[in-house]
Amino acid sequence: MADFQRWAPEARKHFKQGPGLWVKLRLDPWLLMLLLVIMSLGLVVLYSGSGSSEASVYKQLVRYSLALLGMVIITQINLRNVQRWIPLLYVAGLLLLVAVLLFGVGVKGAQRWLAIPGLPRFQPSEIMKLVVPLTVSWYLASRPRPPHFIHVLVAVVLVALPVLLIAKQPDLGTALLIGSSGVFVIFFAGLLWRHLIAAIAIGAAGLPLLWMSMREYQKQRVITFLDPESDPLGAGWNIIQSKIAIGSGGINGKGWLQGTQSHLDFLPETRTDFIVAVLAEEFGLMGVCLLLFLYFLVLIRGLMIAGSASHPFDRMLAASLTLTFFVYVVVNIGMVSGLLPVVGVPLPLVSYGGTSAVTLMASLGLLMSIHARRPQRT
Amino acid sequence: MPWSKMDTQRQEVSQFTARLWWSLLLIVIVFAGLVSRLVFLQVWQHERYATESDDNRQQLQAIAPTRGLIYDTNGTLLAGNRASHSLTLVPEQLAGGRRGIDDVLAELAQVVTIDQDDIKRFKRRLNQPRRPYSPVALRFQLNSTEIAQITVNQHRLPGVRIVPELVRFYPLDEGFVHALGYVGRINDRELAKLDSTNYSATNHVGKLGVERFYETELHGTVGHQTVETNARGRVLQVLDRLEPVPGKDITLFLDAQLQQAAAKLLEGKRGAIVAIDPKTGGVLAMASGPSYGANQFVTGISNANYQALRNSDDLPLFNRALRGRYPPASTVKPVIAIAGIDSGIISRKYSIWDPGYYQLTEGGRLYRDWKAGGHGQVNIHKSIVESVDTFYYAISDLMSNEPMTKYLAQFGFGQVTIADQPEATKAVLPTKQWKRINREASWFRGDSLNLGIGQGFLSATPTQLATMTMVLANRGQWHQIRMIKAIDGQSVVKVSDIGRNDPKLPDNVELRRSSDWNTIHNAMIDVMHGKKGTARRSGANSSYKIAGKTGTAQVIAIKQDDTYDAEKIAEGFRDHGLYIGWAPAKDPVIAIAVIIENGGGGSSAAAPLARQLFDTYILDTQVKTEGGAKNDG
Repeated sequence: MADFQRWAPEARKHFKQGPGLWVKLRLDPWLLMLLLVIMSLGLVVLYSGSGSSEASVYKQLVRYSLALLGMVIITQINLRNVQRWIPLLYVAGLLLLVAVLLFGVGVKGAQRWLAIPGLPRFQPSEIMKLVVPLTVSWYLASRPRPPHFIHVLVAVVLVALPVLLIAKQPDLGTALLIGSSGVFVIFFAGLLWRHLIAAIAIGAAGLPLLWMSMREYQKQRVITFLDPESDPLGAGWNIIQSKIAIGSGGINGKGWLQGTQSHLDFLPETRTDFIVAVLAEEFGLMGVCLLLFLYFLVLIRGLMIAGSASHPFDRMLAASLTLTFFVYVVVNIGMVSGLLPVVGVPLPLVSYGGTSAVTLMASLGLLMSIHARRPQRT
Repeated sequence: MPWSKMDTQRQEVSQFTARLWWSLLLIVIVFAGLVSRLVFLQVWQHERYATESDDNRQQLQAIAPTRGLIYDTNGTLLAGNRASHSLTLVPEQLAGGRRGIDDVLAELAQVVTIDQDDIKRFKRRLNQPRRPYSPVALRFQLNSTEIAQITVNQHRLPGVRIVPELVRFYPLDEGFVHALGYVGRINDRELAKLDSTNYSATNHVGKLGVERFYETELHGTVGHQTVETNARGRVLQVLDRLEPVPGKDITLFLDAQLQQAAAKLLEGKRGAIVAIDPKTGGVLAMASGPSYGANQFVTGISNANYQALRNSDDLPLFNRALRGRYPPASTVKPVIAIAGIDSGIISRKYSIWDPGYYQLTEGGRLYRDWKAGGHGQVNIHKSIVESVDTFYYAISDLMSNEPMTKYLAQFGFGQVTIADQPEATKAVLPTKQWKRINREASWFRGDSLNLGIGQGFLSATPTQLATMTMVLANRGQWHQIRMIKAIDGQSVVKVSDIGRNDPKLPDNVELRRSSDWNTIHNAMIDVMHGKKGTARRSGANSSYKIAGKTGTAQVIAIKQDDTYDAEKIAEGFRDHGLYIGWAPAKDPVIAIAVIIENGGGGSSAAAPLARQLFDTYILDTQVKTEGGAKNDG
């Protein structure tokens, strides 16, 4: 041993720098690796879904790089030091959402974007995907846990305000994601089971009343929403075609770039919300199960991070972000396979598009930042 | 304390950890659910979906609803539908698929005439978002020879189809277009706004007028069918079918005979005629000259014809009845007189000595009457009968802006009161505030004098003038001005009956002494039938009494020392002739406004036209009523 030290006195130090890099960058190698694998798989499917468009893949690659950079930056932030800015962020976000309703611009009847001169166009609702779980975690972290009834009520209002504003745009998908992220925080703050069950019961009892108070055309709209196949020329067309795409893929799939549904333009939105149908058609059950397994690993890792966090704020936030990721996956795949109504939710880390990728990576960045500040076991 | 605190903390952490486990359980269950769904689709039902995916033969087709018809008040068809055949291509079914399009086009060009314009438009349609296996139109309005030619060659042209469709047809065409509007092919901008599902089989949409306003009602609801076709696209079997709901039929107040008469009177002139039924507010005629044919817009007007219409100096495309803003000139005098006596600023017996001019200040500008030398002593009655400008200079100077604009607004000036003509404009009612904003100046006495004789800043559309005439004839009673009489047999009193927004109407005009209406009415009757009435020649020899008022609007200002010489002035600067009136005077059934651009004086250019229309409407109505054919509620 002494000889060894003489030969290479610096060797031990060098050896230690390997794992040290991750610690310095505060990145979680497990999570990072999973992300990169899912993204690569996504790019392969995107190439097919976009009709072999290299430009789309390249563009998405650039977005991923920017989003990864953003994630690394977010990871460096110690959340507990910037906690006092959270309410300010929340209020600003609410104002932006109101501004969207008043002056927003949009496509196809939905008003989602805000064009402020001098800034690129953006969707304030995307920011709220992070701000709402942050705010509710911040609020409940400094209250006794399990939370008193009144604190739960305040938290519900904090969630409901942005959700209603976003639902009015209308953007049901984002409203659903943000609403569930807030509800998860309340759940993990230790909401009493009996309160949770009571809330669900009241909601269930209220539905028939709501239904009876609706006008005929509103009822019709709800029916179409719940059962899109009753409107085969409109919303139902997409679902019918995507079910054919998935079903015809079988166990092994038709092979990469061989999907007839997607390549003959039967399938809509093959790059964005319906991309999993392309995966299912070309790579079959195997392909989708692989993707689901990768997502499952991400979720497990997220729950582990939540479990090892020390501060209540960190715990609630980490658990909420993880379960929101879960909602993304379930709502998207459930919609495309015809289990759930059609709401616009992208498939995380796979669907084409910049904004959702950036917010998702930012939330994963928050997870990593929480992980980096876990109590060290010696 | 610290121990118990630690206890709570430990308890909290264990509760949190428990909830993480619950979450994991939820995730596992839901993921298992997703996987079983996928197994169900991809393993269990794989064969079914694989067949459906291979099977391009099953297609969903949208079926266009039949557009509702438009009738006149007596049931004469004004807008119907007729069959038209278009040549369409289904790109996916062409011999060489989408890549074979140019070959197919070349081959088709040998069979029927296809010009570069057709091909250009076809390619544009082809590149719009479309459902696979939906046909793309190449040519419309095939004639029977062309249909035969294509049918004979169809066996070697897979994917080429002749599609019959119903398109709008206006049997009376020209002369009605400014009242009805027309439908035309849906353009890109409209495509973005329309409900893409409901319009998935529709090619036309209301572009103007009644056709545009009642688009929702006239269009109907799309139907669909699933069909089985062979490889060439021929329908073998209809698997299931949901019938479209045809659009609703609309009956208008428009009287086709009166409308045609009005359009004929405007031939070769620039001007407009609007007639309203004072008992209902329904529009009996709405004509604008010159006019143009509506049918050419349905099938697609050629570029040359369109440019000719667009660039014509007479502006045939311009709807003068709804959008022409003219100085109403002396036709507003009855309203100005009402403003004077009802506001109490002048008495009923008020009279002036008219030397032929009016001066605001001694030695200042002369505001001239149309009659040099003046009318002598003038009271309200004489001021209307002989249309004495000096009298109105005097009373508008006394009133200034406020009472005049207030009463003019009560008669519908400065607002849109017609409910179902989206193009209508509100023209200008110059309040003090209007002048401050639009002219950046305060209201001068001279402005009041101009307003008092219906000149200056004041302007009105022929529709507004006819509306004013209706309110005058009705002694202040308002009705909603509208084209629609009934929809699918259900009568419509206000457009809110069918869920549209009513325009805001002024309240009924209640005069403090209702006998003042008699003063105005008697004077307006003497305009037509009095010895010195300005329209006495148009009122002569009538079997019924008419009440009316003429107007002559100056197009250019005449210097105070010049005399007006119609011969010397270029046509474009000649006066506009105006007329308003109703008949029969005591029991009005029709109120009319006529304006003839650069036609000269109202009594010679406009009043005779109105008289002919009164005769057409009233004498015919009587004939019909006697014959029991006309069923007028």
